[in-house]
Amino acid sequence: MNAMVELLSWICLLAGGGFCMVGALGLVRMPDFYTRMHAASVTETAGAGLMLLGMLLQAGMSLVAVKLVMIGLLILFTSPTATHALAKAALARGLKPLLASGEQPSKR
Amino acid sequence: MFAAVAVALLVALALALARAILGPTVFDRLQAANTVGTLAMLMLAVLGFLTGRPDFLDLALVYGLLNVVGTIAVLKFFRYGDLGEPGEAPEEPERRA
Repeated sequence: MNAMVELLSWICLLAGGGFCMVGALGLVRMPDFYTRMHAASVTETAGAGLMLLGMLLQAGMSLVAVKLVMIGLLILFTSPTATHALAKAALARGLKPLLASGEQPSKR
Repeated sequence: MFAAVAVALLVALALALARAILGPTVFDRLQAANTVGTLAMLMLAVLGFLTGRPDFLDLALVYGLLNVVGTIAVLKFFRYGDLGEPGEAPEEPERRA
């Protein structure tokens, strides 16, 4: 039982690290701002969530677990807010999303 | 094993920092700064486990709170040119065709 939890925790932690790296790689490689924002959200949801879940399994029932849950809730609430504000500010500034060639940008 | 996770986080931090330096628009840099903040939170939590000092989790919490306030403040500054602006006027009812 204990070894199972340990194994599960390491799987979660390593997968979270992988998702963080993939998200950051997307942040560098994606072609325009809106797609980069999409890539960055991988880091903030899958990466952070899995990593915190792994640490939660390591911590067991204690005050540390409560703090980890608080960090998870904080990320869950603030990162969509920040992303929404960023996208709205970019649109208001007039940054156009990159579209596939031959497709017309939507008229407003 | 926590060391491997810390290395993965450092690689991700380096990539996000590269975007913050390269970023053609200010929004790219802000997105990268936001990602760096999230990764730094995770890094602090992992570091707490790595060194056996769970007090670092409190630092991670405070860092996360400051991170979102910083992002919103910079965005507001770039939108209105001033942090003291009251913000947007209430929108008139939408006119959709």
